[in-house]
Amino acid sequence: MTDQQRRFVSTNRRVREDRRFVAGAGRYVADLDMPGTLHVALVASTAPAARILGIDASEALAMEGVVDVLTGEELSAAVTPLMNGLDTPLVRRFPLAVGQIRYAGEWVAAVVAESRALAEDAAEKVRVRTEALPFVIDAEAALEPDATPVHPEHGSNLLLDRTFDWGPVAEDFAAAEERLSLRVTWGRNSTVPIETFGVIARWNPWEEMLDVWASIQMPKYADQIARALKLPGNAVRVHYDVDVGGSYGVKRGIKHTVLVAYLARKLGRPVRLIEDRLENMRAGDAQGPERIFDIDVAFDRDGTVRSMKMRALDNAGAYAGRAPFQLGKPIGAIVGPYRIGSVQYRAMSVTTNKAVQEAVRGFGQAPTNYAIETMMDRVAAHLGIDRLELRRRNLIRAEEFPYTIPSGSTYDSGDYHTVIDKVLAHADYEALKAERDRLRAEGLCAGIGIAACLEPSGGNSSFEPLLNEKNRTSTWMEGSRVTIDALGFVTVAIHTTSSGQGHETLAATVVGEELGIDPDRIRVTRPDSLSSLPGNSPVGSRMAIMLGGAAARAARNLKRQLVAIGAHAMGIDPDTASYEAGTITAPDGRSIGWDELVDIGHRRFHDLPSGTNPGLTASFIQQVPTGVALPKDGKVQMYPCYSFEFHLVLMAFDPVLAKPEIRRYVIGHDCGTVINPHIVRGMTLGGIAHGIGAALLEEFTYDEGGQLMTQSFLDYLMPSSHEVPSVEIVHHCTPSPLTEFGQKGSGESGYLGAPAAISGAVQDALSPWGVTVDKLPLRMSTISDTIADAETAA
Amino acid sequence: MKTELTVNGQTRVIDVEPRTTLLDVLRDGLGLTATHAGCEHGVCGACTVLVDGEAVRSCLILGVQADGLDIRTVEGLTSGDGALDIVQDAFCETHGLQCGYCTSGMILAAHALLRVNAAPDEEEIREAISGNICRCTGYQQIVEAIQLAAERIRTSNTLKAGEVVK
Amino acid sequence: MKPAQFDYARPKTVEEACGILAADMDARVLAGGQTLVPMLAMRLSRPSVLVDITRIAGLQGIACSDDTVEIGAVTRQAAALASEVIRAEVPLLAKALRHVGHPPTRCRGTVGGSVAHGDPSAEIPLAVTVLGAEIVFVGEDGEEERFAPEDFFIGPMLTTAPMGGLLTRLVFPRRAAAPTGTGFREVASRRSDYAFASAGAQVVLNADGTCAEARLGIGSVGDTPVAVDISGLSGTRLTAQDIRGAVVEALSDLETVDDLHATASYRKRAAVRLAELALAEARDDALEQAG
Repeated sequence: MTDQQRRFVSTNRRVREDRRFVAGAGRYVADLDMPGTLHVALVASTAPAARILGIDASEALAMEGVVDVLTGEELSAAVTPLMNGLDTPLVRRFPLAVGQIRYAGEWVAAVVAESRALAEDAAEKVRVRTEALPFVIDAEAALEPDATPVHPEHGSNLLLDRTFDWGPVAEDFAAAEERLSLRVTWGRNSTVPIETFGVIARWNPWEEMLDVWASIQMPKYADQIARALKLPGNAVRVHYDVDVGGSYGVKRGIKHTVLVAYLARKLGRPVRLIEDRLENMRAGDAQGPERIFDIDVAFDRDGTVRSMKMRALDNAGAYAGRAPFQLGKPIGAIVGPYRIGSVQYRAMSVTTNKAVQEAVRGFGQAPTNYAIETMMDRVAAHLGIDRLELRRRNLIRAEEFPYTIPSGSTYDSGDYHTVIDKVLAHADYEALKAERDRLRAEGLCAGIGIAACLEPSGGNSSFEPLLNEKNRTSTWMEGSRVTIDALGFVTVAIHTTSSGQGHETLAATVVGEELGIDPDRIRVTRPDSLSSLPGNSPVGSRMAIMLGGAAARAARNLKRQLVAIGAHAMGIDPDTASYEAGTITAPDGRSIGWDELVDIGHRRFHDLPSGTNPGLTASFIQQVPTGVALPKDGKVQMYPCYSFEFHLVLMAFDPVLAKPEIRRYVIGHDCGTVINPHIVRGMTLGGIAHGIGAALLEEFTYDEGGQLMTQSFLDYLMPSSHEVPSVEIVHHCTPSPLTEFGQKGSGESGYLGAPAAISGAVQDALSPWGVTVDKLPLRMSTISDTIADAETAA
Repeated sequence: MKTELTVNGQTRVIDVEPRTTLLDVLRDGLGLTATHAGCEHGVCGACTVLVDGEAVRSCLILGVQADGLDIRTVEGLTSGDGALDIVQDAFCETHGLQCGYCTSGMILAAHALLRVNAAPDEEEIREAISGNICRCTGYQQIVEAIQLAAERIRTSNTLKAGEVVK
Repeated sequence: MKPAQFDYARPKTVEEACGILAADMDARVLAGGQTLVPMLAMRLSRPSVLVDITRIAGLQGIACSDDTVEIGAVTRQAAALASEVIRAEVPLLAKALRHVGHPPTRCRGTVGGSVAHGDPSAEIPLAVTVLGAEIVFVGEDGEEERFAPEDFFIGPMLTTAPMGGLLTRLVFPRRAAAPTGTGFREVASRRSDYAFASAGAQVVLNADGTCAEARLGIGSVGDTPVAVDISGLSGTRLTAQDIRGAVVEALSDLETVDDLHATASYRKRAAVRLAELALAEARDDALEQAG
């Protein structure tokens, strides 16, 4: 199917979800009004590590409006520990601390009251007696042999230490003409949605049903709730028709959910926990990767990068969760867009007394891209080769696709050189360099940053079996159902919550495309989890590929039914019939229209071709296009589709004040066929904004005493409209051969390369002094102090 | 404490605990859930409402302080029949939102700007929404929405700048 | 994040307000609330009663006399920013106000509230300090008490405000008839964040273009905004070299501290740089007036 033949895909149609949101009619979890609801507030630990000696809730329980105070001891006796990704059974995590506190802010008890304000009043009155324990904040300190284990039962702080050797690393290093080493550090930031996490649970004892409404973006959420509460899977009903106020990975409040679900069963009333911002920042368990990269790279004097050894040490925080897997996804693009022949990758994850890490947009890929791109800049600087030229020499060429990288993933398609050329032409690279030099002549620091990065998309979660051999996951399916009702109207069911990705628009667009029907006339619904087909929620930039594929193929199956009905009615071979916008036409020109087809399908079984079910409906469960095999020899096909982005940034700042200002930002973006241009553009622009925050502003900073210093929005700094510039997007389309329309993922675009590009621009601006700043976020005072030190030294 | 609140043109007297913010009074007391809680400490702007035509943060005003003031929320922009006002429609046209959570505040900040400035330039628009954090869009499509709304209001025969369009 | 319980009073007169404040040590004044309400929400402030002074007649408004401009304590920052009188007669304050918060917080935040709060990184206290404005309180006894900025701001969020007294107005000197230039510069992570360092400057020129009077204040780097003696610039032509020499000398013993977002050494260098930029801006502004 070519672009010209498409009516709806890739056209600038409005995003259907927007109407309810601009009217203030979104349905967020905090908006749900359930009579008799009880409210939860948390008692938070003030110490980073302590033994719990006793909890006295008597004063709190005596207060008016207070219904219950729940401790970790009671809760842990009733529920199973929360799921770990790795095989680390002795790193046990419950929604409330049990016996021991492992980070400042950790929830020690939950107070339930008739209003949130009353619950907060009572939470202040809960007395927690503790005995301080040693603690560790820094990842490298946690690795020391004498470091106190955060989980003594586990024996050490090491959650994961795996070394992979892909290809002839030792030989390539021995043969290379040059090598260099570098260390870069990705600070602990997160996506910090403006809506905090929230959940409401209601238990119906007569039906034995737990209903859950939550601000959730999480695979296998209902399963995890049932398992934790020891309920049958079909006794948990998650309502997917809840709008989620932003997530970008982190809205995975399983601990919150288990907590309120237990309370709802115990107390016989609906219970809700809407995190306030302090709870969210300190102990929402939604902070992102924090990673130290140590890299050795081997290369030749002509710029050919032969091999790379990367050690990534990640600070997971106090519990395991899925955090270590964020070291796994980058294996699927461990060489970025480059032809690096061999790689050694050592992935290390440690526990510390910090809040728990959760999935963040890109699932570890953005930090890795920052490390790879910084490495490429250093190689270029070492050789005195232009940074762009060095990349050009190493980029995979268009004719080399499909291209298999050393770690076992095959990149589906791409044309990196062309995207870069288009960006350079659009931006007038020579003029940009002249502008940089002009700014420098004015006495400013000025630099150009570039980043060439991949967005692996549509994943199979293959990092799970790769890093945990007890895990046998080889599918990460997504289902959709399309029906035509007896009046001839089309409804598509999707089986997930959304947090701004426009899944309803996606589903309506591809179904409309398949059936030749205006998408605006198609209804999209979100049944609850018990009425849903299997799915895995919108993670890993997968929905355009997976939900798009499922809905399109369900629609195609339905179309096939319509053709069969029409052909049968006209007495012709279905293979000779044609379908156009709801009408079936025979080779001789006879046709049967939509109303007649619907009437037969719904009412006239006697007119149906044999083998056709009455009632027009079709479902499809989409398997990951490349998802078949389990890992072998430390290699696996990680993700099916690989989008490409190329960032070009000009920055300038006063050498003393050092406030980095973005003067120009151009990005080239190739995510294959775009289903809805508005949505993809928004994702890319928003991803860049998020990347600007990660590069320059945002960090969960802990002091030496283990206290979180950035727990309000006064200290955790997110970019405002002043800090995010207008961005120019240069489009390119290299369709994926693996998907329905040639689409790839775009939900993480922008974010995957922006931190690398911005850091590169700042390093270029510092280059006249011969210094670098190798830790994100790049704080203004650090930049300024680095320059001042260099001037003093000179 | 008895408090007279005028919200979206309707005046009523309700009992408000002094510690309750206007945000919570609107949401919990009046069931007006278009106004969202983001940070509850006055930084993110998600709870922005119009007070006497100006954009302010409803988490930084106590309900009792709002006694006698003219408050407008996003619910007051439309009559509830599915029609959108010109600013809302512009946000749809440019997709100036994703998850929708900051959107009510953004739209009201835009209204407050357009009431006093019929032809804002990009810098003025960015200043007007600088107190409203959006984590989804990177702001560009929001700026475009406000530019589009301003242009449509300017070129309209019947609408005045900043007028709340029904 | 809900405040602890408190009572609320909305007095109609200064006398009534002072009575409540004097009777209860834990009573607190509520003006615009843009700083206080977040502290209430985080339970960092636990007043017994909030005294809402925003509806007291006579505490609002901007009035110009022969040599002063008086600003009522509960005048909104947005109203002050929009004021033609302030722009014309207290131009440094007008420039400082542009940096205060965001449009929505300026709509509610008050000029007097910012001064009473005494945040060392706040812009209005810096302008008050540079210009030597008087801070006027009315006490329980109904008597007025006037404070000079250096006597009023004594530490971070710490002032010599009299117990039971109410800040009623600020009295700024009107600018001189001679060319009077102003400059205000600050640096922060984001435009509206608490500044790492800030500088306000005002210069008055003689008829021959030399400097008749120069004032400079530095905010954000120490416990209070500080007025810096920069009188050495008088008589000079305010060349870049003049300014640099005077600023480096005047700020040589500026005390600064490290914090989460910035090092002390950075703050100090930034203060010097901003002082130079503010003075240069003030000079250019004055020269433009001189034609």
